[in-house]
Amino acid sequence: MNPLELAEAEPGPAFTVTLDGREIDALPGQTVAAALWAAGVTSWRTTRGEGRPRGVFCGIGVCFDCLVTVNDRPGQRACLVPVRPGDAIRTQEGTGHER
Amino acid sequence: MNAEEPRLAVIGAGPAGLAAALAAAGRGVRVTLVDSAEAPGGQFYRQPSAGLGARRPEALHHQWRTWRRLREGLDQYIAAGRVGHRADHHVWCVEREPEGFTVHALLGPEQEKPAVVHADAVLLATGGYEKVLPFPGWTLPGVVTAGGAQAMLKGGLVVSGRTAVVAGTGPLLLPVATGLAGAGVTVAALVESADPKALVRRAGALAGRADKLAEGAGYARELLRRRVRTLVRHTVVEAHGTDRLTAVTVAALDAEGRVRPGTERRTPCDTLAVGHGMLPHTDLAEALGCRIIGPNVHVDEEQRTDVPGVWAAGETTGIGGAALALAEGHIAGRSAAARLRGRDPDPREWAAAAKSRAALRGFFATLDSVYAPPAHWTEQVTDATVVCRCEEVTAGAVREAVGELGAGDVRTVKLLTRAGMGWCQGRVCGPAVAGIAGCPESVGRRPFARPVPLGVLADQNGDQAEAR
Ligand SMILES: Cc1cc2nc3c(=O)[nH]c(=O)nc-3n(C[C@H](O)[C@H](O)[C@H](O)COP(=O)(O)OP(=O)(O)OC[C@H]3O[C@@H](n4cnc5c(N)ncnc54)[C@H](O)[C@@H]3O)c2cc1C
Ligand code: FES
Repeated sequence: MNPLELAEAEPGPAFTVTLDGREIDALPGQTVAAALWAAGVTSWRTTRGEGRPRGVFCGIGVCFDCLVTVNDRPGQRACLVPVRPGDAIRTQEGTGHER
Repeated sequence: MNAEEPRLAVIGAGPAGLAAALAAAGRGVRVTLVDSAEAPGGQFYRQPSAGLGARRPEALHHQWRTWRRLREGLDQYIAAGRVGHRADHHVWCVEREPEGFTVHALLGPEQEKPAVVHADAVLLATGGYEKVLPFPGWTLPGVVTAGGAQAMLKGGLVVSGRTAVVAGTGPLLLPVATGLAGAGVTVAALVESADPKALVRRAGALAGRADKLAEGAGYARELLRRRVRTLVRHTVVEAHGTDRLTAVTVAALDAEGRVRPGTERRTPCDTLAVGHGMLPHTDLAEALGCRIIGPNVHVDEEQRTDVPGVWAAGETTGIGGAALALAEGHIAGRSAAARLRGRDPDPREWAAAAKSRAALRGFFATLDSVYAPPAHWTEQVTDATVVCRCEEVTAGAVREAVGELGAGDVRTVKLLTRAGMGWCQGRVCGPAVAGIAGCPESVGRRPFARPVPLGVLADQNGDQAEAR
């Protein structure tokens, strides 16, 4: 059973956002991180120093590992930011200010 | 509503803050409940986001009746204009002024627009966050904190994969493992480094809270029913994968808390939910000048900090779960209401809550003595292991700062290596750096509880922040 079924969730209609140009489905009420997890994506940034992939770690806004670029704004915490129809999400390299 | 009524700002809408807000609002105080989440509940009562339309959110929860009572009470007081709920308000500083307090917050998840709340007194109920000690591979995507896995599940109704290992130490691992299993994840193992049998030897100290023991036993039964393998006195020594987690190596511990050579076993998984206990959020209290003892905000019998007009309740004063947070919040709210209305409170009025508080504090002190990370955890941390996730500082760099450069305390290690200087301000790596450096842990001393845009700070001198 998936968690949506377990909680008998009846979300509003799914909408589309893009991750690096690729279309993925998202549900109203999800955070960017939840939408990416639901799409099977677990990393969406690379670190400044070693270029290592990162995604959610703490899940509650404390660790800043889940930083992502949403609609050209870098450094957003994916675990806090709600996903909105049409969002252009980009994986973030380093601080996101470098390219 | 009477404009002359005293105003209390409660920061945090978890069990502690909700209990406090209800207690104070019921006793002639106007309450503003300020919380960073979009809905009340805190960590324990984190709800699926409204847009997800969950018709059975209780499937992911315990103590649902208590939540219903809190939620209904809050709704009634909001409707009556006695409580104002400021959701999506991230408080970065509370300022003490001659005539009261100003709570400074940033709005929304992006946290750029400022807002302020004025009050005659404040009650800090900011809860805690999870401690995770490093091991090779812990920065791989797919490795998450145990509470984080739980938060994503409860709030977003999502999981990060199909097969999970839940590991570390502490009572939080049980609800996380049962929660993931209930949500369809194959929990390949629950790996607890402590030996809960030690609890039995301290049964006397626990007897006062038979309900809590039953709660633990209930989780254990559930895990058995779902055939989740539980390994006690075991630890994760390494997480494997190149770009994401593919497996973990688990090993047995000896009586001294050292890995027993030859016991390593590799378990394939795509999720590792790991935690080594909890740490209180104390930034706002520190900035106000409240005394901190060990990691906790110090409070008296009435839950008062030693700064006049500032109360604290719940996990910010010490980790002890939702039931303790409720008891402390109730006492704090009643004490604040009485004192704000100019009278000494009568502790007999909250005798039941005080009794519960004493029993639960005793219970958790006993749990703490059992659920400690393995004594020799640093031996598993290779020099190449990243310790500070934000600044990518390795254990080797920390060891060099101590061994070759002579750093003798965490502050010097930080200055020499940048460990703890990144986005999270050392919240995540603090205990790890101290452990690897062999120095005592020190309280963080962060000027702000949240990163603040410079424009907001620049505006503080004028009163523009409020005018916006
Ligand atoms: C991620 C996570 C998941 C957990 N899951 C469980 C579980 O499933 N079962 C269990 O028994 N225990 C769980 N716990 C333990 C839990 O912390 C306690 O049992 C309980 O929720 C503590 O209540 P509290 O009111 O003290 O704090 P919390 O419930 O943590 O509430 C604190 C509130 O304060 C808010 N806050 C904090 N800082 C600020 C700020 N600067 N500005 C504005 N608002 C702020 C937070 O958003 C939060 O709503 C979890 C802990 C964590 C960290
Ligand atoms: S996962 Fe830690 S801040 Fe988002």
